[in-house]
Amino acid sequence: MSIAQESIITKPTRRRIKRTPYLLILPGIGWLFLFFIFPLSTLFATSLQKPAGLSPDDGFLPAFKVLNYSNALVEYYPQFFRGFLYSGIATVICLLLAYPIAYYMAFRARKYRNLMLVLIVAPFFASFLLRTNAWKTILSGDGIVVGFLNSFNLLPQDRILNTSLAVVAGLTYNFLPFMILPLYTSLEKIDPRLIEAAGDLYSPPSQRFWKVVWPLSIPGVISGTLLTFIPASGDYINAELLGSIKDKMIGNVIQSQFIDLRDYPTASALSFTFMAIILVMIYLYIRRAGTDDLV
Amino acid sequence: MFIIKLIREKTLQVFSVLIIVYLMLPLAVIILLSFNKPKGRQNTSWNEFSLDAWTNICRDQTICRAFSTSIQIGLLVTIISTIIGTMISFALIRHRYRGRGTTSSLVFLPLATPEVILGASLLALFLNIFIPLGFWTILLAQITFTISFVVVVVNARLAGMDPKLEQAAMDLYATPLQTFRYITFPIALPGILAAALLSFSLSFDDFIVTTFNSGRIVTFPIYIWGAAQRGIPPQVNVIASLMFLGSLLLVLVASLISKNRRATKV
Repeated sequence: MSIAQESIITKPTRRRIKRTPYLLILPGIGWLFLFFIFPLSTLFATSLQKPAGLSPDDGFLPAFKVLNYSNALVEYYPQFFRGFLYSGIATVICLLLAYPIAYYMAFRARKYRNLMLVLIVAPFFASFLLRTNAWKTILSGDGIVVGFLNSFNLLPQDRILNTSLAVVAGLTYNFLPFMILPLYTSLEKIDPRLIEAAGDLYSPPSQRFWKVVWPLSIPGVISGTLLTFIPASGDYINAELLGSIKDKMIGNVIQSQFIDLRDYPTASALSFTFMAIILVMIYLYIRRAGTDDLV
Repeated sequence: MFIIKLIREKTLQVFSVLIIVYLMLPLAVIILLSFNKPKGRQNTSWNEFSLDAWTNICRDQTICRAFSTSIQIGLLVTIISTIIGTMISFALIRHRYRGRGTTSSLVFLPLATPEVILGASLLALFLNIFIPLGFWTILLAQITFTISFVVVVVNARLAGMDPKLEQAAMDLYATPLQTFRYITFPIALPGILAAALLSFSLSFDDFIVTTFNSGRIVTFPIYIWGAAQRGIPPQVNVIASLMFLGSLLLVLVASLISKNRRATKV
């Protein structure tokens, strides 16, 4: 997924070179300004509004009520924390599960590689909601999984459904393909001769991995963790379908404030804070990992 | 030494197969329960084999109406976002121009934005300028986040393309338009098709962004969400199974065709 490729300079006339790219990006950039940047600024404006009356039906008035932010944060910081915690754990588990299979696909699978790719992408075509709901059946109290784990007394609450474990498991399941695919793409680019060369120079397998394969797969690790962590942190479907009331994440709060309670300023303040935290985290993460090869 | 290597190889293989099984497990449940005759309203545990749902998919009209709404939206979103996204991708990969960095950050931003925020910000916009929610607002919202995915996928294809092919065409006096028509576009096509397929599946399956901007329109995921509380009818499982099996079939046929083509060409 890199854009840092040498461009071919087509050179019939000088004027063509200048105009074509701008004409090409015009519709897309216009669209994103109108329906992405502009709405975000509306969201910011809404986050500072104050209620016009007692009920949300009375509407809201433009204002500069910074208090919306502190009120929202004081009330909902546990859900913020939980959202990042659950999605963080799910991301780490996804990385641990995805790396071996991506490695296998890139270096060992040979003719089964395409079949595996298809099977990894295929779940997307059966509804996300339905798949998450299917975990209710798999993890239900009278199911095999719970029975098996309970016979070893491994479950503190004797059940999985309606616990934080179920929410993290659901997030892990739903976003695992988003981890596998970018990892596979970056591992597949590695020339196997590099690994052989390291072996010829008497480097033991563990060193071959940590000194050759792992560093070269870092771009995949970064885009994979971002593609998993970002959607997972804002998700509210898993918490809603698989968790209990105590497992609500920040996504659940924003959703219910917007749709059920219609307290738009609070909801906007929460969304905006959330967005800011995510952007700062991405910025620090990318700078730390030292890459800008994302899109 | 050989045995250790063998064990290591097998462990990796077994682990990979287990991951695939894990990914497939809920699909197996969905397909299995499509043949179920639920005892109560909740179709979550096995009761009795029945072909009822398969022979009578549209008994509840709302399911099929929701399904066709989602297909319509999906097709429109796919066409528009594939065109817009492919254009951006060509600009990014094939041209150096001022503002190229800004373009690519602007395209990356929606990918870095959690869906609740995308949905919420568009809702805030529509509320503030009094646009009624419905079919068109869903369309606008979905196109906004699928464009970036199209760019990523088409970029990957274009970036892997050998620039010498185009230079060769130009050397042989092909006009820029001819070069595009006979060289660039055919090479980019698989990437564009993959991007189209991805944006259709993203649109068809989207719940979060859509639910914020749907008003009274019921798409297929919105129907499922509403039904989840009172029990999802097995007909929904039938439709999901058909979508899943249909997409597998499509990929299979496509790969057979491309294999055949390669075989006849060589």
